[in-house]
Formats: sequence, structure tokens, C-alpha cells
Amino acid sequence: MNKQPGTRGLIFNEPQLWDKSRKGRCAVSLPIADVERCQLDASLVGESPELPQLSELDVVRHYTRLSQWNFGVDSGMYPLGSCTMKYNPKTNEVQAARQGFAGAHPLAGDEFSQGALKLMYDLEHLLGEITGYPAVTLQPAAGAHGELAGMLIIHAYHAKKGKQRSKIIIPDTAHGTNPASASLCGYESINIKSGEKGILEPAAVAAVMDEDTAGIMITNPNTLGLFEENIKEICQIVHAKGGLVYGDGANMNAIMGIVKPGHLGIDVLHLNLHKTFSTPHGGGGPGSGPVGVSEDLIPFLPIPRIEKDLTRYRFVTECPDTIGRIHTFYGHFGIMVRAYSYILSMGGRGLHRASQLAVLNANYIKESLKETLNLPYDRPCMHECVFNDKHQQVFHVTTMDMAKRLLDYGFHPPTVYFPLVVDAAFMVEPTETESKENIDQFIDAVKAIVREARETPELLKKAPLLTKVTRLDEVGAARKPCLRG
Amino acid sequence: MKEISDLNFSENVKYTKDHEWAKLSKDIVTIGLSDYAQDQLGEIVFVELPEVGDIFTKGDEFGSVESVKAVSEVYLPVSGEVVEINAALEDNPELVNEDCYEGGWLIRLKPDDLSELDDLMDKAAYLDMLKG
Amino acid sequence: MRYLPHTKEDIDEMLAKTGLASLDDLFKTIPDALKTKAPLNISEGLSEWDLNEHMEALASANIACKNYKCFIGAGSYDHYIPSIVPYLISRSEFATAYTPYQPEVSQGTLQGIYEFQTMITELLGMDIATASHYDCGTALAECALIALRKDRNASRIAVSSLVHPHHRQIMETYLHPAGYQMIQIPRTREGLTDLAALGAMEGIAGVAVQSPNFLGNIEDLSAFKAVADTKKILFIASFTESLAYGLLKNPGSCGADLVAGEGQSLGIAKGFGGPGLGLLAGTQKMMRNLPGRLIGKTKDANGDDGYVLTLATREQHIRREKASSNICSNNGLNAMTAAIYLATVGKIGIREIAQQNHDKAVYLKTALEKAGFEPVFDSPFFNEFVLKAPKGFARKRADLISKQCIFAGMDLEPYYPELKDHYLFCATETVSKNDMDQLAKEVQ
Repeated sequence: MNKQPGTRGLIFNEPQLWDKSRKGRCAVSLPIADVERCQLDASLVGESPELPQLSELDVVRHYTRLSQWNFGVDSGMYPLGSCTMKYNPKTNEVQAARQGFAGAHPLAGDEFSQGALKLMYDLEHLLGEITGYPAVTLQPAAGAHGELAGMLIIHAYHAKKGKQRSKIIIPDTAHGTNPASASLCGYESINIKSGEKGILEPAAVAAVMDEDTAGIMITNPNTLGLFEENIKEICQIVHAKGGLVYGDGANMNAIMGIVKPGHLGIDVLHLNLHKTFSTPHGGGGPGSGPVGVSEDLIPFLPIPRIEKDLTRYRFVTECPDTIGRIHTFYGHFGIMVRAYSYILSMGGRGLHRASQLAVLNANYIKESLKETLNLPYDRPCMHECVFNDKHQQVFHVTTMDMAKRLLDYGFHPPTVYFPLVVDAAFMVEPTETESKENIDQFIDAVKAIVREARETPELLKKAPLLTKVTRLDEVGAARKPCLRG
Repeated sequence: MKEISDLNFSENVKYTKDHEWAKLSKDIVTIGLSDYAQDQLGEIVFVELPEVGDIFTKGDEFGSVESVKAVSEVYLPVSGEVVEINAALEDNPELVNEDCYEGGWLIRLKPDDLSELDDLMDKAAYLDMLKG
Repeated sequence: MRYLPHTKEDIDEMLAKTGLASLDDLFKTIPDALKTKAPLNISEGLSEWDLNEHMEALASANIACKNYKCFIGAGSYDHYIPSIVPYLISRSEFATAYTPYQPEVSQGTLQGIYEFQTMITELLGMDIATASHYDCGTALAECALIALRKDRNASRIAVSSLVHPHHRQIMETYLHPAGYQMIQIPRTREGLTDLAALGAMEGIAGVAVQSPNFLGNIEDLSAFKAVADTKKILFIASFTESLAYGLLKNPGSCGADLVAGEGQSLGIAKGFGGPGLGLLAGTQKMMRNLPGRLIGKTKDANGDDGYVLTLATREQHIRREKASSNICSNNGLNAMTAAIYLATVGKIGIREIAQQNHDKAVYLKTALEKAGFEPVFDSPFFNEFVLKAPKGFARKRADLISKQCIFAGMDLEPYYPELKDHYLFCATETVSKNDMDQLAKEVQ
């Protein structure tokens, strides 16, 4: 494959909906009224909302054209570090669309929802098996929501012990949702630095761990794509002073069937079904963030829980120590169906294989590009590797410029400027669903861009050139926000 | 971001370790951000200021300055009552970038204890801090 | 396995590049003591065909697999979904795209959600709407936190006891660790929130009222705004049925400072309760306090219009521990779905559909009253209402489900123990006159 994916092509302008609107058009088939009209008192009735008035083809063309401006996993490679943009299997969509699932009312009653209850119960146990936890809740609606649930569980645990603590230890490699979730529970974040090898040193944790610290939030593998080798000792240090260990499981794709976080001493862990378990990102969501807990923390799980008596399943809400409800119903059931289908399709051996290949792909990229881009940590990586723009600074070319130029080559850029411990980070996570040829194309594209950085840096400053819009004025957007039309 | 040698440092103000400046005139202290601070932040999109009449102690956070990618809290080097805020910053936050020692001032305070100003650095000491 | 493209040759070549002998060697940096000894106790992967069979069996164990008649709302509503909605939202450029952090290749999502934000502000009469939250309950909890943080003197918030019971539970969960408290406003005999009781409350940071409320009744939001103003506190309005605002006076015109809502009615399947669509809107003044993603319009280097995520400095990836919320993912694809639905029904359609919802509910209520149910509240409602059931209804109701797949209302006793034998009914545009006549006949 010599040609890079990105090329020129005719796409279409499309105005805003209200610019296409014409009075009197309507795209919906109105049901025929078969009962009497009943006017509410005029004081209760408002003006009809000013929604656009369009024909059905207007709507279809609008959204078809809009979709053609988007890049998705189905369009091309999306090597976003820490996001695990793997292929979203289409059979999962078929399963989620089954009438018995899609049409189910959440309050129909346990007796009439046995299929949904069994699926959720089984999924809890599958996720528990993969991560090494005796109990899992599926209620959190996203990873950050799972982190909040985890923090609430830790908070409830200490409250039950009779002494509430005020601090949480957060490594410098943490995702922003970690300290934000801790703050929501009233915890003060105590930030500690990772060591020279890019992982946490037990001494750094021991230096700050005390009886007023509720625990630590750890990501393993961490956001540099490195396995936290000292995890067991760190957990012991925290436990010795009565604290708990929270695990951010966003990077679970590296270790399925290899390491079980529950066996490392991590007391509570969240997962991202929209990362590791192949559910689609949807342009920003919906996700799902199940949480696994150790035995001691089971009483604090959110309600409702799911229990099984012989062959019947039911929701249980009489849990005196629960943190309470965190979602109106049971969480993002539609996302659970997709993840469940994925796990059943892959099987135990398949999931293990996926992790092995994800890590192989990342190490292959690391070895192939380490002479091209600066690699701050030249050590074996897990499922992602981090470069930066140190070698390009002499040409005044930044990570941002290289990322934007990658768009012209037909690749979505990697994660940039995260984690914060690496200056101008360029974090690549290929995932296991990309073939060697796709990865070779990506490597060639990066090498070509680095050459351009040397020879024609002005080109990179103007990139992207082939996309529908060029670089946007984010300063103007923030100074004079225009949030509606 | 610029080199320290390319930045401007006014002679007429005193500096804090958090990169604010303070200037005493008659008995009012004006506070702003140093050229180093605005350069680090990048193009400023929003400035959050307190209300006139608010009372603060030295070291209190009195507002924040936002660029597209970062937010920085601003801290008071002296205690006192806010007597004026720079209303021009609401529509033109970029004044902090363009004219940080004059048009881009943040607030004016009636100080409780003028001796608190003695703890601040002059231009030479601030430059030393930046280089060191 | 069809999702894993690596052939043996691929693996050999790639391992050679890394200088390792086997796939297991990739994990050398992990101490052996930390590795799991046994393989995962999960069966072999199913073929697509076996998966279909397995999932069909599970789906069939839900009554929803049959054509059932649903006269229950309570936060999840049965509405017609036009065929173009699932068709358009299934386009993989929408579904498999990431969050639009690289706006140049995400203008589809960005314009789509910008249009969503705009249409929601129209629907609710507010100045700004965010790019969505998980659901109404969590959006409402975020609104409560905004009010409590703004007012440094108060640590309590007044919440109507007629806000959806699960939403109140979520608020408790969110407020508790920060030391905040909820004070519940009791209801009146008319099934409305007690305005006088609110008037007597002191030391509160804000007030939250749902309209139509959980019992289906329409609240006088302007009156609550007036009380909130005299106390100089924030007024938060919430709702579970978005279509109500195709007909009713919207919260913005009643003076709401913040609005939290559930958007599931806008083209999203009930889906056993999730994912739904959390809506959050505010006045212009509240702009920088709103949590979650916001999309703004701007220009590119050539002067062409474009859209970007903006005001990101409120969010966790920049503010970290000082962020007002920890939210990262939103319910993006469902927000797009709602946008497509709103564009499809448009100004004419939403009014007609909302009106039909009300007409059907009035018809159903009358029919059930003729069949022996007692009216309870004398308040205007949208598409849900409460009736007291005649003796023996509970058994009849169970029979109706198992024999005819009809869900005749929802028992309110678990939520309000004093409302024994009271049922919450819902009628939407999806139930026909015949369906309602049949139900009335069955429960006579």
C-alpha cells in the first residue's frame, strides 16, 4: 500500500436546520387523531416552540451530508491513547435493537423483565471474572460516573468506620476526572509525582499516606502506557494506614487474561465499556462505567442490586449501607447489551488474545518510530506509547502541528498534550483491531510528516489542508461564546 | 512562549511569587498580572473578578484568568477591600495580554496594612526568581 | 476471530521488530507474582449465529418482545419513532466517531449538537443548553450543586416531594458527601407542590420543582419563581416528559434559572431505562457555571463558519480538582438522535403530537372513571394522571399483563405509601381509541 488514505474529494455544504426551514413543511407522519380535541386552559399553554419546518428529504439530506464531514472508526484508524478506539462490531447493534430489549419499559416489573435481568446479572459476573472482583455494579453511566461511584463508596466505607478522612492521593499521570471525582466527595487532592521510570515509587506514596488520607487513585497500566510495577507494595502502604485503593480501569485493554486488578490489592475499579468492550463512542457518548468492588465494599454498592434465586432474577433495594441511587433506572442498558455481546463473541481466550495483540501493536509502533519522534520513556510499553515533539522544536513545529497534518494523511491524530507529565505528549494507542498494513501506513505517515517538519514546516503550521474546515478560532469561540443559532 | 529576556517588566511595580504585580498610588493599591504570567497563559478569553466591596485577606484567591487551554487563579498580595474592578476586561479580556501593566489592570484595593507591600519583590528580585 | 486481523506471519514479523520471542514476552515488565495463573473462566467465543440464538432467547424473556400496550410513563415514555431517525443515527460516521476534540474532522457531530443545543433552548425557552448529560436525575443533581455552591451561606436546598422519586434519591447521593441537605416540600390535596410550605422555608440555596410532576399534574412554575425571587435563591425546574413542552408554557417563560430534563421522549427507545438523555439548560448568567460540554460557533482560518467545543476550562481535563463537575462523556449519540427527531417533527409536528398526547390522556381518564375508577386530583395534567382503583383491580391488572400484554398503569404505593390503591396512568399518541376502550371494558 503506497498511497496514504487521505485524499481530495467532493463533499457538500449544508446550512443550519433553521436556514433550510420553510413555513408549512413537516417531515413526520402525523398520527390521525381518533379522540376529541381537548384544550387546556390558555394560561397553561405556551407558544409552539420555534423548531425548523422541513420535508423528510430535507432532514435526510441534512444529516447524511453532516455525517460525511465526520471521521469515525469505520472511516480510518483512530490511534487515540487512553481511548481504545477499537472496531465496533455490527452484530452488537443487531442485538441491542431486538424488540425485547429496545422496547422494554424499566418499570414493567421483575417478572416481565427476566431477559434483561439475566443479561445484567451475567454481565456483572463476566466483568467480575475478567477483573477479579466478587461483585460489580453496572449502574454508572460513564467512566467518570463510575469514578464518582467509587469515591462515594470509599467515602461511605470510612463513614461507617466512624472516621471520615479528608484527602486522596492522586499521581501526576492521572486523568482529570480522577481529582474532579474526588473533589465531588469533598476530598482534597494530594498530588504526587511519578518516578524517573514513569511509574509510581512506593516511597513517594509512603511519604504522604497517613490516617487522614482516604486512599489513592491509581491507573494501571498508567496513562504513559506503563505497568505500575510497584502496585502491590503501594496497595500495602495504603492499606496499612487504613486507606483504600481506587483503580481507574480505562486501560484494561492491555491486561485482560493477564492481570486481574482485584488480585493486586485494588479495592474498587471502574471499567469503560465504550473503550475495552467495543461499544461505540457515538461522538461523545453514551458510555458506561461499571464498578467492581472487593468483598468489604459490597454493602456500599449503589441500588438496585440484582439477585438470583435459583432461576429467577430480581432487583433488590433493601441495602442499608448503600451509597444510594446514581442513575434514574439501572444504568445504560443498551450499552450493556453491546458489551455483553462482545464478550460472548470473543470468549475468554479471545479477550486474552485481544490484549496480547493490542500490546504487540503498540510496541511495534514504538520500535518503528523511536528513531523518528522523541520517546521520553524507552521501556517496553503496554497498549499505548507516548512520544513528544522535542526533536521538532528546533523547526518550531509542535505536537499540535503534526497532529493536524496527520488529518490530511487520512488518520485521526493520537491523543495530544496528555498526560501532563510529558511536555507536548503524542500518545498512540492502535488497539488490536488494526492490521499490520494499517499500522505500517500510519508509521509511514508519521515519518513523512517528520520529514515535512524539517523541510517545509510552514505546511504543517497551516494543516489540515484537505479537511472541510481549517484550524478554527478557539480563542474567539471562548471570548464571545455563540452557543445557539 | 517568549524567553525571559524578551518579556517586559515594569520598574514602577512590585511583584509577587505568583506573578502578580502591585502598585501603590495615593492610598489605593492596583493589582495586575506580570508579562510572564500573561505570556504563559496565552490568549486570554475570560477574567473572573470579585465584586466592589468584597473584603479579602492577604493570600486569598480573588479571581481567575482563563485562556482556551488553561485557568489560573489570582491571589492577593495584600489584605483590603475592593474599591474598583476593571470593567473593560468583560468585553476585552485581551487587554491583559496587550497591556498588562496599564490597561490590563485587574482590581483596585483599599489596603488594610501597607507594610504587607514590603514583602513583595522589586523588578530585579522578580527576574532573579524567574531565572533561578 | 474476525475482529483480530493478525495472521501468524504478521505476528512473527512484528515480534521480530520488537526483538521479542513470543507474545508472552511483551509482558515481561509485569512481575510474575502479579500475573493471573489460570486462563479466564469464560467460555469460547460464540459464532454470530449462536449469538443471535442466545440473544433472541434472552430478549424473548422480556415481555417487550411481544406487541404490548403500555399505559405507564413514570419517567419512560412510549412514543412513535419515525423511521428516518434510527436510519440516520445508525450512520457509522456519527456512531463510531470520538468526542469532537479534533474539530476539523468532526464538523458533522459539532454542527449536529450545536443544532441540538439550539432546539432545546427553543423547546425550554432558555438561553443556553449543554451538549447533554446522562439523564434528568443526574442533571438535576448537578443543578442543585450549582445552587448550593453559589450561595455560600446556605447548605440546604428545597426539593418538591413530587419530583420523580428516583431523581430525589440521586440528589441525596450527590449531596450527601459534600454535607449538603435536601428539604422536601410537601404536596397539597390537589397533588401539587405546596407553595406556602416553600414560602416558610429559610436558609435554602435554591428550590427545585418538576412540572408536569411525578403524579402528572402541571405546576404553577411562575408562582415558584416569584417565591424564589423574594428569597433571592435560584429556581430550578425539571421534567421527565419532553413532549409536554410542545404544548405547555415552557420553564424559561416562567423564569427558571436552571432546567434539568429527560429527553428520552425525543426519538429514543425506552431501552429498559437507558441510555436516555439528560438535558440541562440555563440563563445567560449561568453560562460559566454550567457543567458538561458546550459547542460554539466560530470561524476557521479562511473565514468559513465552523463549530468547536468551547469553554472547556470549566471541565475536568483542564480544571481537574477545581472542576464544577467530573463529567467527561456525555450522551452524544442520543443528543444527535433527539436533534434528528426534533428536526423531523418540527414546529408543526411537535404541537400536534403533544396535543394528541393530552387528548388521549383525557379520553383515557374519562373512560376509566366510567369503568369504576375514582378521580383523585382536580389539577390539569399533560399525559399522565392518577386514579384510585376499584376493589380487585390489582388482580385484574396482573391478568391483563400475562394474558393480554396490557400494562394498565403503575402502582403508586411503593413510592407514596399513603397512596394505596392509587395508580399512575399514561396515554401517548401510540394508544388508539380502541386500545383505551378495550382497557376500560376489561377493568370494569
